[in-house]
Amino acid sequence: MFKLKCDDFLIYDEATGTYSMSAEQQVRDETEKNKWKSCGFTLLKDWRLYLMLVPLLLVYLLWRYLPMTELLAAFKNPGTAGATEVSQQDWYGLSNFSELFFGAQRTAFWQAFRNTFIIAFYGLLFGFPFPIILALFFNEIKSNVTRSILQVCVYLPKFMSTVIITSLAIVLFRGPTRANSTEGVGVITRLLLLISPSKQFEEVVKSSTFGLVFSTRYFRAIYQITGIWEHGGYDSIVFFGAVIAVSPTSYEAAQIDGAGKMAQMRYVVIPSILSTVVIMLIMKVGSLLSVGYEKVYLMSNSDNYAAADIVATLSNRWNDSGNTTLGIAAEMVNNLIGMILVLGANAVAKRAADVSLY
Amino acid sequence: MKRKLEISELIFKIISYVLLIVFALMCVYPFIYALSSSFSSADAVNTGSVILWPVGVQAEAYRYVFTQNVFWISYANTLFLAVFGTIWCMFYTILGAYALSKKRLMGRHAFNFFLVFTMWFSAGIIPQYRNYITTGDVLAGIAGASFENIDQKWLIILAMGMNATNVILLRNAFEGVPSEIEEAARIDGATELQVLTKVYIPMSKATIATVALFFGISRWNGYFWAMKMMPNQRYSWPVQVFIRDFIDQTSGLVKIPAEGSDWESVIPSGFDSSKLSALSVVYAMVICAVIPILCIYPFIQKYFAKGVNMGGVKE
Repeated sequence: MFKLKCDDFLIYDEATGTYSMSAEQQVRDETEKNKWKSCGFTLLKDWRLYLMLVPLLLVYLLWRYLPMTELLAAFKNPGTAGATEVSQQDWYGLSNFSELFFGAQRTAFWQAFRNTFIIAFYGLLFGFPFPIILALFFNEIKSNVTRSILQVCVYLPKFMSTVIITSLAIVLFRGPTRANSTEGVGVITRLLLLISPSKQFEEVVKSSTFGLVFSTRYFRAIYQITGIWEHGGYDSIVFFGAVIAVSPTSYEAAQIDGAGKMAQMRYVVIPSILSTVVIMLIMKVGSLLSVGYEKVYLMSNSDNYAAADIVATLSNRWNDSGNTTLGIAAEMVNNLIGMILVLGANAVAKRAADVSLY
Repeated sequence: MKRKLEISELIFKIISYVLLIVFALMCVYPFIYALSSSFSSADAVNTGSVILWPVGVQAEAYRYVFTQNVFWISYANTLFLAVFGTIWCMFYTILGAYALSKKRLMGRHAFNFFLVFTMWFSAGIIPQYRNYITTGDVLAGIAGASFENIDQKWLIILAMGMNATNVILLRNAFEGVPSEIEEAARIDGATELQVLTKVYIPMSKATIATVALFFGISRWNGYFWAMKMMPNQRYSWPVQVFIRDFIDQTSGLVKIPAEGSDWESVIPSGFDSSKLSALSVVYAMVICAVIPILCIYPFIQKYFAKGVNMGGVKE
């Protein structure tokens, strides 16, 4: 004979042949009912708390989530007859994306996509180790005054606007005022001309109208150098915090064992800052594709699109020339890959280092 | 007992001193160069003979900049955007972060996710642009106007400069306030708003200052959306847009100036284009735009250093 589940809470009255609910179940039912009541009660009691949340949610809803509805345009046919608004257009499936990947504009798109990756990858390759090295150097300076002065100098570029930074880059790397001469070139261009005896470089400088920033050949280098210049010092703060947390006794122990500076680095410092480095690396990888479009926008003109054009600037330009749908599709692809990278990096972090960033 | 430095330690120390000093000089040099160039003669600037010190000292560039009304209007616009933008952002960030920091808030994880998701995925420039126009139109409609004839500075203040990281930073700081203090205040009869203003805000002053500075700096430095949203409202431009427009249209550093907008034709009477070059005007404008930040920078720099270490983003 199997036992019915309801036998737990139902009592069968043999005399009348009816069922009645057990006392425990009545209590359980009551608390179940009250749970919702108390839920509603806390909602009501804390209404001020929810009211406080409203402005924040509203701002995010209006200007972060509402734009996402515009993404629907990527799945609609922009050529629908008689449609003035996106909502009136016909569904188009993934045709816009195939147009993007294989259509007439594919060279521009793939070039921008490649440039986005290259800029991001170089940023990781050169921009990531630099702050760590800087932090190790800062650790060598024992005088607080000297260190503070140096830190003030080094953090400074971080607080300058992109317009100022790019303007300075443009004038410091600018080309000659007269064609086919080296007259009036920017200070850094002149320094480079002095230290590089190569004839080819001189030719590039002489023939460039707008300077090295707007040359396909040197854009990437200048972009990375200004990036390091801007962020290097500020990013070193985190690593410096990790380096000074290393206990002095560890150094002493290593020194007693006869470790030189390199051995101390190898066996004391690096192992203790490794977790910070890993976390920062994962964060960097996560934001790989969100290349700052403002800076690229300010540092590019039609001369250097081959090296400088990224997906965001390309789709912005497409939008200006009326090719809105394709632009939305292009940036959507870029941002979706970016999101996958973030989530993937976070999952790796969770598994490898037991840290979750979000 | 002092131990003698190993040779390798000494070498490393010297290397780190030298390289750090070189890098620090590199960080400061462009600003010194811009300052010297802005005080140099047109000839020296154009031929590139300024290296560190001003050559042929004169202040023509500044005299020109001070006659430019639009430059100072844009400067005032930047101040306006920075002050009101920061106040608005701080308003909803503080309230929202306070609510999110409360464990008893139902659906807290959902709200957090709502916030953090915007850090993972953004719609992109074009959708945002179109959204700004639609919402701007609606907001203008509430005021009985249309999007074209409102001052779009207001839209920039309301709609832009959001930063989920700052909300999370502040939320973490609020979570760090011991709950006993809040309970004590409640027993004394404090309301929700009083708990926030009398307990939480005074106890996390440092973080609030940091977050406000983050907002303020990003407002002061904002360029792209101001340029994108109001290409024709010249009198609403912030100073960054003005400087870039001058570089684009007049200086010939980025593109060949169009007929009638090159330096020779825009220079007003009373100035001699042989004494004053477009380049030194650019330098003077850059210096003018940078000075406020340079002035407050030494005082605020330590807050930023703190902010970075607090910025552990976690759920």
